[in-house]
Amino acid sequence: MRNVAWKWGGGSVAILIALVVFIVPFLFIVFTAGKTQAEASFLEFTWPTEWVLFENIATVLQNRDWLLVRAFVNSTVLTVGAVSIMVVLGAMVGYVLQRRKSRWNPLVNALVLAGLIIPPAVVPTIWVLQGLGLFKTLVGLIAVHVAFGLSFCILLFRAFVATIPRELDEAAVIDGAGPVKLFFRVIFPLLRSVIVTVIVVQAVFVFSDFTYALYFLPGDDNATVQLTTFNYISQSASSFNLLFADVLLITIPPLIMYIFFQRQIVAGMTSGAVKG
Amino acid sequence: MTTATATGRTATGRQATPPPTPAKRKPMKTPYPTWFFIPAGVFYVVLFLIPTVASFYFSLTRWTLFDVEFIGFDNFIRFFQEPQLVTGFINTFIYAFVTSGSKVVLGLLFGVLLSSQIIGRGFLRATIFFPVLVSTIGVGILFKVLMDPFGGPINETLAAIGIQGPGWLTDPSIALLSVALVDIWKGVGLATLIYIAGMVAIPQEYFEAAKVDGAGAWSNFRHITLPLLRPATITVVLLSLIGGLRSFDLIWAMTGGGPGFTSDVLASVIYKQYQAGFFGLSTAGNVVLFVVVAAIIFPLSWWLNRKGDEQ
Repeated sequence: MRNVAWKWGGGSVAILIALVVFIVPFLFIVFTAGKTQAEASFLEFTWPTEWVLFENIATVLQNRDWLLVRAFVNSTVLTVGAVSIMVVLGAMVGYVLQRRKSRWNPLVNALVLAGLIIPPAVVPTIWVLQGLGLFKTLVGLIAVHVAFGLSFCILLFRAFVATIPRELDEAAVIDGAGPVKLFFRVIFPLLRSVIVTVIVVQAVFVFSDFTYALYFLPGDDNATVQLTTFNYISQSASSFNLLFADVLLITIPPLIMYIFFQRQIVAGMTSGAVKG
Repeated sequence: MTTATATGRTATGRQATPPPTPAKRKPMKTPYPTWFFIPAGVFYVVLFLIPTVASFYFSLTRWTLFDVEFIGFDNFIRFFQEPQLVTGFINTFIYAFVTSGSKVVLGLLFGVLLSSQIIGRGFLRATIFFPVLVSTIGVGILFKVLMDPFGGPINETLAAIGIQGPGWLTDPSIALLSVALVDIWKGVGLATLIYIAGMVAIPQEYFEAAKVDGAGAWSNFRHITLPLLRPATITVVLLSLIGGLRSFDLIWAMTGGGPGFTSDVLASVIYKQYQAGFFGLSTAGNVVLFVVVAAIIFPLSWWLNRKGDEQ
């Protein structure tokens, strides 16, 4: 009896609270993005009297010589580039680290943990990038994301490689596969499920990153989407409708990722919860 | 400058050594070559290890990217003398502990709630988790508007039920806590999911056995759920503390460290000094942050994990 009351009563209350606390703010973004400039300036949580959402989105996209469109291109290149490098290199390290007990393992493990915990030293990183001629370039930002994101990838890959039987490696070696062929033709394809997890989690992270772009890729010429939104605030303090149309646009890619890859995202982000 | 390049070289030289010389290896070729470490190692060493090591040197200098002058510990002395920098230092701890503590408590609460048999469980899980994925800047902009003291929807709503809402982001005494509140709103979904994953891993037999022994809901929670959720708790504490201590973008989007410098944290001080051209001072801030994070996280994770082994 008590369980039924809890199931329905508790559930309804929880849903109600979730609606107010989590859904209403997102509806506020949509409603404000759909209003005219005059109506949006009241900052009210109301249904727009006149829906101009698509006009607003068009304006935001065209503003300042298609800045946002270029930013989307930049962010896409950044995300795809950084995540693909991370996945391949991280899988290589995680694989050898798990398979082979060498005296370098403690050092590599310590470095991986350090990479997860220690905050990057920003200005010296800029100094290094400048020395390499990569400061304020997309390539430089990709390299930075790879360097900072590798640790997380390595941890996930190392844990997953442990579930692949060694007999497979041995069979491939007997069949004459070299180390490179063994890894890329036999092991890498078997990592598919964890690769999807790593790709999705890191893609969301890289796409949503603001701090590193602010430091290592400043300026409007090759801004990423997160940066354009921030620049938007000062430029159009009064046009909240356009600001929120912009926020809405940069929220959509992670939303799509979440709808399609909910299971992988959850698996990736909660990994370590059980084993500690 | 010469010293600066020298630091860089030694660090690069160290990176070149890790792969052992093939001559020493056994004649049989291993299918797990150590050189697989090298491509990743290059990125890591050049863009993470070298800057981290170099930061210790640069924190002792007056530095513009063209000119380095060694000034000893002046930057650190300045760091702990100027009130605005000290505020940033203290705020870092407040922010990290408030957000981390709240995420543990609320995450545990929601995790247990969303593991029980209630309607709309899938919807609730998805809803609470979604803010984790939304861009921090987007959330910052959204709540800056919602928390506006003049006509912002939150205060309008409070006014409608007769409560005078505070100046969330404009009142110096609560600006930092308001940002922390939004951080909790955004991050509690991750903590919840980690706890749910931990709940799933608890074998049902324990609860059945407890039922036979006549245990109630509370003692179930106190003596089965809570101890067995320990790994999840450790994960949440460490993740949220690391994130909280380093937190920058939400604060930057919502208050920019203001009003005045009352909601500055180390990460925003680092950015402000960098912007102002004080690279040495900015790097000193980075070293302080490094020390703070290391001094909290390493002993804490050692202590938490050791206590787990004893049981």
